[in-house]
Amino acid sequence: MLKQYFDRFSWVDFFLRVFQLAAVVVIIVGIFNSIGAAKYTSGQWVTLVFAGLAQGSIYALIALGYTLVYGILLMINFAHGDVYMAGAFTAVFLANSMAASGFLATHPVWAVLLLILLAASVSMVLNVVVERVAYRPLRGAPRLVPLITAIGASFTIEYTFRGLYGAEFQSYPIIPALDGQYWNVAGFAIPYTQIVVLVAAILLMAALFFFIERTKIGKAMRAVSEDKEVARLMGIDVDKTIMITFAIGGALAGAAGVFNGIFRPQGVFFFMGFIPGIKAFTAAVLGGIGNIPGAMVGGLFLGVFEAIGPNLILEGLGIPAVNQLRDAFAFTILVLILIFRPQGIFGERLSETKA
Amino acid sequence: MFNTLQEKFPLIQKFALLGGIVAIYLTAVGVVITFSLRNLIGTFVSLGHVFLVLGAVGAGVLIAQQFKDEDDASTYVAGFLTGAMSSVSLILFNIVVQLFVVQASEEGVFHLREMFVNFSPDSLAFLTFGQGFLFGNVLLFFLFGLMGLLGVSFIRLPEKIRRGWINGLIWVFSVGLFSENVSQVIRELFKYSGTSFNKILFTQKALNPVAAIVLFALTFAFGYMGIKTATSQKWAAMPVEKQKTGRIVITVMAVIFVAALPWLVGLFLSQALFIIGMYVMMGLGLNIVVGYAGLLDLGYVAFFAFGAYTMGILTTTGVLGRSDLNFWTALPFAMLVGVLWGVLLGFPVLRMRGDYLAIVTLGFGEIIRILALSNWLAPLGGGAQGVLHIPQPEFFGLSMNSPQAMYYLVVLGAVLAAFVTIRLRDSRLGRQWMAMREDEDVAEAMGINLVQTKLLAFSIGAAFSALAGSIFAARLGNIFPHSFNILISINALALIIVGGLGSIPGVVVGAIILIGLPEMLREFAEYRLLMYGILLIIMMIVKPDGFMPEARRRQEIKDEKDFLTEQAAKSEG
Repeated sequence: MLKQYFDRFSWVDFFLRVFQLAAVVVIIVGIFNSIGAAKYTSGQWVTLVFAGLAQGSIYALIALGYTLVYGILLMINFAHGDVYMAGAFTAVFLANSMAASGFLATHPVWAVLLLILLAASVSMVLNVVVERVAYRPLRGAPRLVPLITAIGASFTIEYTFRGLYGAEFQSYPIIPALDGQYWNVAGFAIPYTQIVVLVAAILLMAALFFFIERTKIGKAMRAVSEDKEVARLMGIDVDKTIMITFAIGGALAGAAGVFNGIFRPQGVFFFMGFIPGIKAFTAAVLGGIGNIPGAMVGGLFLGVFEAIGPNLILEGLGIPAVNQLRDAFAFTILVLILIFRPQGIFGERLSETKA
Repeated sequence: MFNTLQEKFPLIQKFALLGGIVAIYLTAVGVVITFSLRNLIGTFVSLGHVFLVLGAVGAGVLIAQQFKDEDDASTYVAGFLTGAMSSVSLILFNIVVQLFVVQASEEGVFHLREMFVNFSPDSLAFLTFGQGFLFGNVLLFFLFGLMGLLGVSFIRLPEKIRRGWINGLIWVFSVGLFSENVSQVIRELFKYSGTSFNKILFTQKALNPVAAIVLFALTFAFGYMGIKTATSQKWAAMPVEKQKTGRIVITVMAVIFVAALPWLVGLFLSQALFIIGMYVMMGLGLNIVVGYAGLLDLGYVAFFAFGAYTMGILTTTGVLGRSDLNFWTALPFAMLVGVLWGVLLGFPVLRMRGDYLAIVTLGFGEIIRILALSNWLAPLGGGAQGVLHIPQPEFFGLSMNSPQAMYYLVVLGAVLAAFVTIRLRDSRLGRQWMAMREDEDVAEAMGINLVQTKLLAFSIGAAFSALAGSIFAARLGNIFPHSFNILISINALALIIVGGLGSIPGVVVGAIILIGLPEMLREFAEYRLLMYGILLIIMMIVKPDGFMPEARRRQEIKDEKDFLTEQAAKSEG
């Protein structure tokens, strides 16, 4: 048996295994040191976890768009982060005029629903247009070709919105009904904004799950992702189904843009979609690409990892100013997952012939 | 005529809509108004006008192509109609601006202008040519109709006239666009003779109207007589030996031209030439990774950063300096560091499929930028302050502190990179890369060691990028983490795709178009990435082999087409 092992020995595998072990050791040492140092109270950890969950639910909503599209077309819709930006950036103007007119203070629920409606429809239309212009003409082209047009689409969207709305940072108004409100549970104070975002995102995800599993269109989407040719033979309009997929992904991303505005009002500008886009892709891969519940859980996981990881692991290693490294930490998770477990935690849901 | 028009009216509508969308997009995004400051001819035709009518002209061209079998009169009428109808979107834009911006009340809670920054009275004035609201819009309508006609004329005019017409327009447009640079060249050329052509040719950084007409007439005649085709026919008819000497003469002239260039164009453009040269170097390196080996690397900037930081740390005498090497001794170290990181970052991604590779390399690039910015690594790389006071290279005691001197350095580096690339492409390794690009599994079955081949592609590409980075550091003197963002990777990727993946002349052409043009048109800065994005999409859909396709790729595409037509013929027969 040992001989067999040595016959198959490859330096690449060996180094990857060493690298993997080193990563695990670093993580364990970091956690051990941090917990040993007892710098943070349990209340602080809980705060971090809830902030991470809220942030993660936003990643999850964006990740669903990646995962739906990858499941069907096997391509990374690189522009998806910018589709999210488009919704968030458009709705910020409506939100501000609502705040100015007092509507936001008097009817907060209706106001937020209207914002979500606007953001979701802008992102939805944009995603469908991108699909029509940049991806549909390239069906059947080599895999890297649509990826390059997707990169092109990403920059086109970013700089179109920069031209339309200007390069300045905008910010969402604070919603008076949620401002400074905390939910006290078991001695921990959790801001209402985070709870609202988390609950709303979970409701949306549940709705999506039922849509995919229970409706006819959802069935068509699953069929197309399984096998386009056979789906076509069964009388499914493949192009239309793909369009609907992009529309749903876009709408979820737009809604995520508004949730992000509730939870973290500042920093709305034309480049805001880039980093959440990559992180959401990480979430999608984390949960297993093409796997819808996976993307949801992956998003929440990533949000929590990212929130507690720098303090839990990096600080234990004696690295100063860990908050600067939050994004680098998330990208490192991305790199590690893609290297060691590209199929994700729950496994990919891609048909055999394609993956 | 009426019957044809009626019959084809849906087409006219469709193209008018398309043209209208292009026109309103360019206006709303602000391209039109930004470029209205750059005059082409006198003070009345600006680049903004060109962008304004782009949609209408394009619609005219499309309609003319659809009307191939119809008579001239109905085609021209259709062109006029299409152009005029595409102005409707802009007339609506004008009405919206008039109602909601110019006449908006101050007390309202929503100001359109706050959302759409270009829905401004300035845009309105520009679109109505300063002629008042009503008359201006009528003028716009008819101007667009004329532009539709212009579009048709590009297709429908008799061949000789058409050639002259297009030639003349292109020349007037380009000289007008680059009038600042052209006048600079003329000034340098006639520095000692004392004549001032510039005063005759240009007024206020644009072509003089009279000069424009003369230039147009000259270039029209040039195109009309077909001098270009005649010359190339003569060239083809020459005996082989003569062609050989001719080629040598052309090469020598090209070398002299490249060497003299920075002295002709002045300091500012020398800097632009330096940047073009730097991107040629990077493009050649990325071309090996993406074009030959088929590995889409979006974190290419990381190696550029490694080169720059190594150069900075090794040569600076400031706090961060580790040794006081000079530029030339630090250069090999910078490249070596690039190679090492190329292998190091290449190793984990060996087993990865194409699209994941792109994202992981993108992640690497961002991680490295964030780490360079962080306090954690500040003792090594200076954190947000960067590395300061990097000395300029010296060449036999001469400090190369002018852009011109650095231009020569960068040209030398680019020539070296091109030489290495050509030799590698034609070597065993180059063929291995291309085999791997076409199909990894088959290549492996043919006995190609994928690990070695991939790592060599990554590390050689990284070496070129590090070389460019170290020259960049020496030229700027100070480097900051902010300079090493994703946009550099995207620039390099866009230029090799526009030039043609795998093609070496393509890299040069791509760098001139994508890097040089925006440097010359400073207003472009804001829109260059918009342009890149649109170019990437259009190139991939319309011309996936780029402007200067590689010979082998051209053959592949041709073979595929032949195969397809053959198949089609078979299935029909």
